[in-house]
Parts: sequence; structure tokens; C-alpha cells
Amino acid sequence: MGLDVRLSLGLLFLAIGALLALYGLFTMGSDLYAKSIGVNLNLIWGSIMMTLGLLAAWLGRKPK
Amino acid sequence: MHLALIDWLVMLVYFGFVLGIGFALRRYIRSSNDFFLAGRSIPAWVCGLAFISANVGAQEVLGMGASGAKYGIVMSHFYWIGAIPAMLFVGYFMMPFYYGSKARSVPEYLRMRYDEKTRALNAFSFAIMTIFSSGISLYAMALLIQTLGLLDGLIPHAWVFHFSIFLSAAIVLGYIFLGGLSSAIYNEVLQFFLIVAGFLPLVWIGLRNVGGWAAIQQRLPATMTHSWRGMEHASTNSLGVGVVGLVMGLGFVLSFGYWCTDFLVIQRAMAAESQESARLVPVIAAIPKMFFPFVVILPGLIAVCVTSHALAPATASAPAAIVAGVSAAPTPGIAEGPQVKEIHPHGIIPQKVDPITGEPVLDSTGAPVYNYDLATPLLLIHFFPAGMLGLGITALLASFMSGMAGNVTAFNTVWTYDIYQSYIRKNASDSHYLWMGRAATVGGILLSIGAAYAVTSFNNIYDALQLIFSLVNAPLFATFLLGMFWKRTTGHAAFAGLLSGSAAALLHHGLTIPQGALPGIHGGWIATLHIYPSDMAQNFWTAIFSFSVNLVVTTVVSVLTRPRPEGELVGLVYSLTPRHIDSSLPWYKRPIWIASGVAAMALVLNFLFR
Repeated sequence: MGLDVRLSLGLLFLAIGALLALYGLFTMGSDLYAKSIGVNLNLIWGSIMMTLGLLAAWLGRKPK
Repeated sequence: MHLALIDWLVMLVYFGFVLGIGFALRRYIRSSNDFFLAGRSIPAWVCGLAFISANVGAQEVLGMGASGAKYGIVMSHFYWIGAIPAMLFVGYFMMPFYYGSKARSVPEYLRMRYDEKTRALNAFSFAIMTIFSSGISLYAMALLIQTLGLLDGLIPHAWVFHFSIFLSAAIVLGYIFLGGLSSAIYNEVLQFFLIVAGFLPLVWIGLRNVGGWAAIQQRLPATMTHSWRGMEHASTNSLGVGVVGLVMGLGFVLSFGYWCTDFLVIQRAMAAESQESARLVPVIAAIPKMFFPFVVILPGLIAVCVTSHALAPATASAPAAIVAGVSAAPTPGIAEGPQVKEIHPHGIIPQKVDPITGEPVLDSTGAPVYNYDLATPLLLIHFFPAGMLGLGITALLASFMSGMAGNVTAFNTVWTYDIYQSYIRKNASDSHYLWMGRAATVGGILLSIGAAYAVTSFNNIYDALQLIFSLVNAPLFATFLLGMFWKRTTGHAAFAGLLSGSAAALLHHGLTIPQGALPGIHGGWIATLHIYPSDMAQNFWTAIFSFSVNLVVTTVVSVLTRPRPEGELVGLVYSLTPRHIDSSLPWYKRPIWIASGVAAMALVLNFLFR
């Protein structure tokens, strides 16, 4: 197959991770996080997803 | 419940990718082989993740969360006993025949090994079951969207259910119609990672909140936090199942019958790029499968522990009489033995409310009934802030879709190859069958929608379907086991064995009943010869009887009928097929070493949570 699933997966995680991390940055210290017992889950998990997404996309990049 | 803009954005990004993959793969679909078998070109790890993702349907994420809340970590038996051994077996022993025979589907293997009628029996019953399974996924998804009120305020409440059904059906249709099996497999890989990405932080924050596993162990009865505690006898554990029923019924008959014969999962392995890869697919799939209890069952346990640091919710919302009722009355359908009557907290699990009267639902003893199905979704809402909530909901929807898409791709293949090409139009061009595959995808989705509405309108149909699934599936493994490992087995014998196995299951069901149930759909409709402590026990023993009857009948009829010449069975039967030597691979890539590692790890997990 011509499409590497790691690339699609990486881009998906990168996109969702970036959305969450940015949202987390803008809502830092907000009482939104009372629910998640004070942890800014958006920022933390968003950044983790971005990192994993970058890694997967890099592994699945098109060979030159 | 209202979702924020960020939640919708996360969901939109995901659905954009889902359909985007369908479009991107569309140009690679040139033949029916590309559409139905993904051109047999997919790497093992991709198929492996699709293999478990297709199996993780609605029943798993919601159902295991619900059962985790109700019964506890003991449900991990459905993984460590009821999946891993069978997955290793199908990969190591059976895959060479499925893949090596070049059969395009499991029913087609049955035709090659046995005869036309055995294939027809399997193909028709399988096709009908996939439609109903996919309909159940669709129904459960729409019901969840409606219950959580995800779309409230966007469209009128009365339309939410119908809108959800048609929208999710349209999305699944879109990506399978365009890209066939490869699109389904690629999406299943995405769905797998999304499910993990959505539920892992839930478990982390949940454990942090309740004070870790040790705190859960303190708060819940021991039978909920140990998977082998009280398993020696059916009356001393919450499942109502003894160790023989568990290991033979679940661990052997039911689990091998599903993982080793169900085309829904086997199809993923058949899409692998080589025979070595195909053998590795179920073995690789077993690795994440082993850890799934921590992602899907644990949220259920956390959900019942969550609010107990404050007032127990039942105490807060209901008079003490009802609380007393809870501890005294067994959970409906499950008979609790004397040692299991400890108070079971309910955490954030809501009581079931009658949708028409708005009154809480009570069981026959007057105790409230809890809606365990909401354990996992409510935990998401409880802990996740806007943003993460979008991710969690996306993960839930992804799990429903992967289950549905798995059924639809299995259906369109069996319909086109095993029914249409075999009995309706034999010698058409390949492009005609490709066209038929796309048409069958549309047809399968429309039938699934019909099935979803059937489940909606008849209260009992869900139980009836579970019963039919168990009647058809219970005897299957004996037929495959004898077919692959005993060259003497004949087609007439396989056919007779399957029918009598199903008949035995039906008879056993008619003669036994789970404790507390009324004769009818739950059993005992002929007479009541035996009462099982729970419906799970009845189900396991039905399977054991059905398998044994099939084994005996197939063996006896085989001896009485003329076997096929050995030359015709090469590649289909173990003793007549040259052993595949995989010594060219480095040791860590050989199925035997990976499989042994997985088996050892599963033993360790059983020991840790004993």
C-alpha cells in the first residue's frame, strides 16, 4: 500500500495534541481543572500526544 | 451535557482523518482482491492492531466498564483466560492453513476442507450475525449519544437518536465504500491508538483521585479486586462460575470458537503481506489485548469508588431502606453466594430511570437497579475538562465505529465471495465482483440500520440475539479443530456435527435456567432440570455441551463415511502439510518466541491479580 499508516496516525495525533496543548496553555490556572483534581490534563496529555505524533509521522515519512 | 467548541474541534479533526483515509486509499483499489483482502499487502503489526480493534466494539468498551463496576477485576478472565491462549493458538497453529490455503474467507476454507453445504451453513449464519452485531453497535452508539445529551441544543431531542444512527452509518459507509478492507484496517489502527489515548489519562487521573490500586482494594470486596479469589466454587465468586466452567467453557470452547473461527478477526490476519506475517498477526495482537483490562475494566472499578470519600450516593439520594435493600438483594441475574454479600458501593453509577414515567426502576425485591452501562462515559464526564472530554468522547465513538466497520467488511466479503459468487452469479468479471462488494457495503449498512431499529423496538431482541449467537458459535471450534488436525474428518460429518452441536446447545438451554430468571428467553422453556448460579455459568456450560456433542458426532460420522483422498487435503490439514521452517528469521521475530513471551506475561498478570 502506498500510504504509510504511521504518517496518518502521526498527523492525527499531532493535530489533536496541538489543539489540546494550545487550549491547555490558554486555560492555564482556570477552574476548568477542578474536575481533573487540579491537573492541567489538556496541556500535559496534549503535549504527550504531540510528541508521539511527531515520532510516528517521522517514522512513517515518505522515503526520498 | 454541553460540549465546548474545543471538544467539537477534536471530534471534527478525527472524523476528517477517518474519511480522508478512505479518499487517500481509494486510488489503490483496482481489483476485488484489493477491496476485500487489502491486496494481501499489510505489515503484521498493522494487521495485529486492526485485529484487536475490530474486536473492540461497543460491547467491549461500555460492557467491560459496566462489568468492571458490577463484578470487578475478575472480568479480566475474558482477556487472560478467554482471549490470549486462543489468540496464540490461532496464530501459531491455524494461520498457516487459513493463509496458506489461499482461501479468501473462513467459509471458503470450509469449502476447500469439507464441502459446499458446510460452507453454505457457515456463510449464511455468519452473514446474518455480522448484520445484527453491526446493528447492535449502531444502536448502542445512538443510545449513548442520546443518553449523554451530546447533541442537545443542536438538534431537537426527538431526532437525536435517528440522526446519530444515520450519521454514524454514513461515516462508516463512506470509508469502507471508498477504501475497502485496507481503509477499515487503517482506521482500526487509528481507532486503537485513540482508544488508548482517550482512556489511559482517564485511568491515571482516576487512580490518582481514589488513591491508587491499594485504596480500591481496601474499599471494594475482595472478590472484586482479585481475579481468582473464590473461583474454586461457583457460589463463592460474583460471576457464579466455577473453575471448570471458566477454564473449559470460556477459556477453551467459547474463546477458541471466537478467535480461531470468526472471519471478522481472521480477515485482518489474511490481509497480511506474507504467511510469516499472518502467523504473527494474532500473536502481536495478544500483546495489547493482555493490557486492555487496565484500560477498559479499571474505569468501572474506579467509577464505583470515586465518590465514596464523600457520602455514598445512594445514602445521599435515597432513604436508608433502599440502601439496606441493596446490600441484602443480589444483583439481578446474578446469584451472590453467602460470602459475596458485602456492601458494594455504587460511586457515580446512576440508578436506572424509567424513560416514560421518570421514576427509578426497581427490581422484584424493591431494590433500585443501577445503570452500569454508564460507568465509563460518566467517569469521562466526571474527570475530563473541556478539551480532554472531546478526546474521550471521540475514543468512545471510535470504539463503536471500529466494531461496526469490522462487521461490515466481513459481511461484504462473505456475501460477495461465499454467497453471490457461489450461488448467484458464478463467472462474472473481477470488476463486477468489486462493484458487488461496494454494493454489499451499502446493503450491509442499510441492513444494519434495520437491525438497529429492530433492537430498538423489541425489548427482548437483544437477549434473543445473544442466544442465537451462542447457539451458532458454541459448536464451531470442534469442526475446525477436527478439520485441521485429523485428516479423516469428512464433509458430511462436519455438517452433521455443526447441526447437532447447535441442536445440543438449544436443548441444553431449554432444560436449564439461571437462578432467579423466569422460564423463556433465558432458558428452561422445555423443563427445568438444572439451575445455574448465573446466566454466565449457563452460557459457559451450554458451550461445553455443544462443543462435546459436535466433537462426538463429527468423529462418529467421519468414521462411517468415505474420507477424501489425501492428495486433495495438502495445505488444509496439519499432518499433510509440510512444516514451515522459519529459521531464516532472527529469533526475536519468530512466532514461537513472541508467543512464549506473551504466554509467560499472561501468567504473570494472572499471578499478580490472583
